[in-house]
Amino acid sequence: MKYALYTGCAAKGACPELYQSTMHVTSRLGIEVVEMLNAACCGAGVITEADPDLALAINARTFAQAEALGLNIMTICGTCQGVMGMANHRLKAEEGLLDRINAMLEPEGVKYNGRVEVKHLLWIIVGEIGIEALQRHVTRPLENLRIAPFYGCYILRPSKYLGFDDPENPVSLEKVISALSAHPVDYEGKTKCCGFPLVLEKEPIAIGMVGANLKEAKDELADALVTPCPLCHMNLDIYQERAEKKIGEKLALPIFHLPQLIGLAMGFTPKELGLSRHLVSTEKVVEKIQLKV
Amino acid sequence: MRVTLHIQKYNPETDHHPHEEPYRLDVGRGTTVLEALMRLKNETDGTLTFRYACRSAICGSCAMEINGTEKLACKTQIRPELERHGEVRVGPLKNLPLIKDLVVAMQPFWEQVRSIRPWLDPLPHEAVDPVAMRDAYKAFNNVEACIMCGACVAACTVYEVSKGFAGPAALAKAYRFVADPREAAVTERLDRLQGDGGIWDCTRCNYCVEVCPKDVKPMEAIVLLRRASIQSGLTQTLGSRHITSFVDIIRHEGRLNEGLMPMKVIGFRIKDFLRILPLGVRMFLRGKVPFPFKLKPAIPGIKQVRAIFEARKRK
Repeated sequence: MKYALYTGCAAKGACPELYQSTMHVTSRLGIEVVEMLNAACCGAGVITEADPDLALAINARTFAQAEALGLNIMTICGTCQGVMGMANHRLKAEEGLLDRINAMLEPEGVKYNGRVEVKHLLWIIVGEIGIEALQRHVTRPLENLRIAPFYGCYILRPSKYLGFDDPENPVSLEKVISALSAHPVDYEGKTKCCGFPLVLEKEPIAIGMVGANLKEAKDELADALVTPCPLCHMNLDIYQERAEKKIGEKLALPIFHLPQLIGLAMGFTPKELGLSRHLVSTEKVVEKIQLKV
Repeated sequence: MRVTLHIQKYNPETDHHPHEEPYRLDVGRGTTVLEALMRLKNETDGTLTFRYACRSAICGSCAMEINGTEKLACKTQIRPELERHGEVRVGPLKNLPLIKDLVVAMQPFWEQVRSIRPWLDPLPHEAVDPVAMRDAYKAFNNVEACIMCGACVAACTVYEVSKGFAGPAALAKAYRFVADPREAAVTERLDRLQGDGGIWDCTRCNYCVEVCPKDVKPMEAIVLLRRASIQSGLTQTLGSRHITSFVDIIRHEGRLNEGLMPMKVIGFRIKDFLRILPLGVRMFLRGKVPFPFKLKPAIPGIKQVRAIFEARKRK
């Protein structure tokens, strides 16, 4: 199995631990990756706000690069997946759109023929590698842990353009959590928004969302959360302390990137998975599985 | 087929809290949740309280939460719900004050709609080009389809934590007037939407787009209002600076420079700078802040990316 790895900005910026853990986990799972070092940002839904065609064009450029490699794209960010999945879907489905965008790329000698698929690591694990195969790689079952899945927005919605999980009833993270022998926690906030897009300009709203979602998970006795989106990770981890102040309650809920949690169950060390980079300590959770950060 | 509906009941005169009650009944292949509720009210429990009128997804009265998602009861069949979720749970819309059983107060919703002044401030008749009107109508036609059922407001993740937010339905309606060539007060309208509770409060979670029974896509209307604001020179809110700074960084570097981004957005606003500084320091100590001013920050193929941006700019 071979994929063109689209890391997105966060894994190369504020979340190097996501990149690090992805490399360990994909190699253990036998997924060969070619990193797309020359790919631009997907636009995160922000460039679209300024100029939708521009956002489509820079994504079509990325797709064309994978097409030239003869590979499909693996994303490791829920936001990248949502934005690129939607762009790809529209470029393939809407009449005349691909031609219009290709005309913008033509002076640069770039052309996208619409032959690439964009899939999140989570979807590749659940849909292609398979839960049973994942289980075979588990050497350190996370038996004592109650893990709350946090999907975030763009890996689920708008479902019309995504179509892996049922947005009303997603199960893929739960399947992975169970495969690692941890217990998936059910709570309403798991499909809601982390608030990240608002955190610079409307911090009270953003931390209100962090507080509401994490409190629900905490009330269901979660030990930690796992998310397929580094932007959710940033908001839930970095702003957790401020959210605690806002809701007047201690949360202390470690947030794991998806490949970090899988990596723990595969026997990688906390150092290899970059756990010490988190602002919310993972120590207690890691101790529960007889490890030290 | 015999099924059980788990319906939320609440009588403010006798109950401290809402609770769920199971109701068993026989349903056919296409029986809707609303039909089932009507039969239960007629045959089983006369106290069961819910709103409805048209029974054909036009009036917007019967929006409720069905298996955790905001839906019109008249448009939702029981069998597919059962197949999808393994059960059928029916409750009132979230985010709005509960009155009884499945009925919520719509007053906050109407106030949101009123807040955006949902009427035309018309230009003189002769100033409007009828052809432009026809084209514009296509652009906001989907917003006109809104039946004001409140599903989007109940699903809104911002309104949940911030009740000052004008909400998806009202803002979509605001877009309808901004895009109308007959409207005389476009700038004033955009101006009023810049403050707290306006268009920059939306987190773009897509919930409203997902649950809208009429495909109004409120969030997309909010995005159009943001674009219209920037184009008309309203560029000093942190929200609009977020967009322009983001585009700027991608044009220069190809990838988001997460060290530079907050500085560009916040600029010389000392209060905001002091707000983010402590977190920035803590992130830096954990190796989570990339150095903002690298010697070679750009991706290898940046020339190509810049050329695409420049070509768009010229257009």
